[in-house]
Amino acid sequence: MANGTRARHGSALRAALTLLMLAPSAPAFAGKANDTLVYASDTEPENVSPYHNSAREGVILARNVWDTLIYRDPKTGTYQPMLATAWTWIDPVTLELTLREGVTFHNGDAFGPEDVAFTFNYVLTPDARTVTKQNVDWMKSTEVVDAHTVRIHLKTAFPAALEYLAGPTPIFPAAYFKKVGLDGFAKAPVGTGPYRVTAVENGRGVKMERFAKYWPGSPIGSAKIGKLEFRVIPDADSRMAELVTGGIDWIWRVPSDQADQLKAAPNVTVLSAETMRVGFLQFDTLGRAAANSPLKDARVRQAISYAIDRKAMVDNLVRGGSRVMNAACFIDQFGCTDEGVPRYAYDPAKAKALLKEAGYPDGFEIDLGAYRERDYAEAVIGYLRAVGIKARLNYLRYAALRDLIRGGKVSIAFQTWGSFSVLDVSAFTGVYFRGGDEDLTKDPETIAALQAGDGATDPAVRKVKYAEALTRIAGQAYALPLFSYSTNYAFTSDLTFTAQPDELPRFYAAQWK
Amino acid sequence: MLRFMIQRSLVALAVAVTVSVASFLLLHLSGDLATAIAGPEATSVQVEAIRVQYGLNQPLLAQFVAWAGRAIQLDFGNSFYFRERVIDLLAARLPITLFLGVVALAVALFVAIPLGVLAAVKRDTWIDRAALSVSVLGQAMPSFWFGLTLIMIFSVNLRWLPVSGNTTWKHYVLPAVALGYYAMPAVMRLTRNGMLEVLASDYVRTARAKGLPPRKILIRHALRNAVIPVIALAAVQFGFMLGGSIVIEAVFSLQGLGQLAWESIARNDFPVVQAIVLVLAMIYIALTLAADLLNAALDPRLRQ
Repeated sequence: MANGTRARHGSALRAALTLLMLAPSAPAFAGKANDTLVYASDTEPENVSPYHNSAREGVILARNVWDTLIYRDPKTGTYQPMLATAWTWIDPVTLELTLREGVTFHNGDAFGPEDVAFTFNYVLTPDARTVTKQNVDWMKSTEVVDAHTVRIHLKTAFPAALEYLAGPTPIFPAAYFKKVGLDGFAKAPVGTGPYRVTAVENGRGVKMERFAKYWPGSPIGSAKIGKLEFRVIPDADSRMAELVTGGIDWIWRVPSDQADQLKAAPNVTVLSAETMRVGFLQFDTLGRAAANSPLKDARVRQAISYAIDRKAMVDNLVRGGSRVMNAACFIDQFGCTDEGVPRYAYDPAKAKALLKEAGYPDGFEIDLGAYRERDYAEAVIGYLRAVGIKARLNYLRYAALRDLIRGGKVSIAFQTWGSFSVLDVSAFTGVYFRGGDEDLTKDPETIAALQAGDGATDPAVRKVKYAEALTRIAGQAYALPLFSYSTNYAFTSDLTFTAQPDELPRFYAAQWK
Repeated sequence: MLRFMIQRSLVALAVAVTVSVASFLLLHLSGDLATAIAGPEATSVQVEAIRVQYGLNQPLLAQFVAWAGRAIQLDFGNSFYFRERVIDLLAARLPITLFLGVVALAVALFVAIPLGVLAAVKRDTWIDRAALSVSVLGQAMPSFWFGLTLIMIFSVNLRWLPVSGNTTWKHYVLPAVALGYYAMPAVMRLTRNGMLEVLASDYVRTARAKGLPPRKILIRHALRNAVIPVIALAAVQFGFMLGGSIVIEAVFSLQGLGQLAWESIARNDFPVVQAIVLVLAMIYIALTLAADLLNAALDPRLRQ
């Protein structure tokens, strides 16, 4: 209730707040003076272990605190050695990796093959309750070959494996984890990355400092800034006020209209960039949320697809480099294409005609779950209302919504997916249409095409199979891809920060001017 | 007096039982508990095992008795979200909310009592009306709005105080003012009415006739008596503040019980919501009872 009131008054107040901020004022205490970079976001990951949360805030922590076996250079897109110095495919289902020597964990333990084998084998066990299963379930097991070598055995051929090893598969310290367990690890995590965690404060955030013994020669280099702090600030206005007053140094996901005004502030730099996060509507096509759900009818789903003016949303709401997406993936991912994929241009008359044909001339009532930009969800609801569909918004935190969706209790879900920054279509389409927890469709034809694409060693074959799956998904309107997200970063002008489309702020590379 | 105390305590107990039942049902209306505890990826066998392990297959009444038994020992189970004991979360957050409440109450009393006295002494003048306007404004203005306005003026423009967090005493100033302002109107009005009544009473007239200085009459004789009901009201207001700090804590990013409640609602973390509702309700009941007894002790007419 209070939330509703807030939303109504929020924008007017935010405008006033922004105006006041632009007034000349005393210099802020930027973090530069005490060499502490404080960044804030609204969500607290349920567990800082990277395998036990799927919040973007968790992914950011993962990249700053842990290393991966392989590193993908975001500039060139090439794979470079990280914790592994070399790797070879023994056959399509066996990958052998040579590990780096002289790397130590934050607690002083030496890094070795047992750590790799333990991490990957542990996260595959049911007891681990891994939340990010889709990132690891291509592996069958990992074995230690000798003091510097491990072998990963795959379930089936999966050429995208390297991309996953360069992303959401950080390495844990085996001995320490076994000693403290997941609960202990969540409170005092240990990795090999450029920052080591000094405190996990429930409800407040995470404190980190530069790891002095970070291994030399790492492709990402040592952290430039001494201390790094993640603060959870749920309120968007408070985050902005904190930034302008120098209480924090870096925020993101600033609404476009506020970003325009922030650009005029003297001590703040605003950076707008497209990200690989894609928003889409996921439909309860099997009617699990309601037995006689209208969404079981493809014509209804197509009607919804025609009813929403995605171009207008991109131009007026999202902005900052965002693009309309026609296929259920991010267009720059390997295997993602919208060529030959059916498109739904904005056509409310056609939407109404389809609804009538499906037996809903007066529309229907339905629930719509969302967890991020509330204004985007409200715009979608507005478009639906215009063709007679009355959607009720159920706005929740991500973990709560995700559990409801997995449990089949949401009719239309306004989802967004950043693919864990993995530049391969399997990390997007595979998650929502390959028969896993998030798949609300379980369409055998789509699943078969995706499996064929994931398992083919010839890149050309992969592309053909993925295109097949994407065409099927769009034709049946199992989901409606909306647009790629843009993000407005705002940070103190003392900071040199560059953004990447993979939505991963690399704080270890940031530095003071 | 004893009879009155027993009577009031019984009423408080009845309210406490009602609140516990409501709080217990809150968790059970949230859906299938066993599924929620087991997590989204659990198999049906695991879910059934948990159903037996947690006694969720027993009749509702038996479950309530078992739950109430644990709740009395402050065992509220584990948070769905953090997989930590709820009592640990509460123990970490409650002091922040209590501290905020105490400071906010102090702010409210410090401003409202002098204002009430002034309004009574200068009855029907512009001062009285100004004091009334301030109090009406306090009740009419949404607390989040007031909070953000304070941030705008004192943090963003003047740079005197921090925007959010709870690391130093400075962090508590703005939230305490925002929260305290909400309690001011009631305190001010009660002080004003009490003062008017007392100032018109015989003993004050006698004191005046004796030639005592007006300030001494006002403070020693009038205010002392007028302020008695305010103390009881303050106890009740304190209860309101503990519950009402939800919005203020969200605005100022104070990691208290209120923010935990707010976040837990959005996360569907029912065990935490349930425990917070129960704990706050119990504190409120205790404060109300204390206020009743205090009032009765001070004013024999109420015991009738």
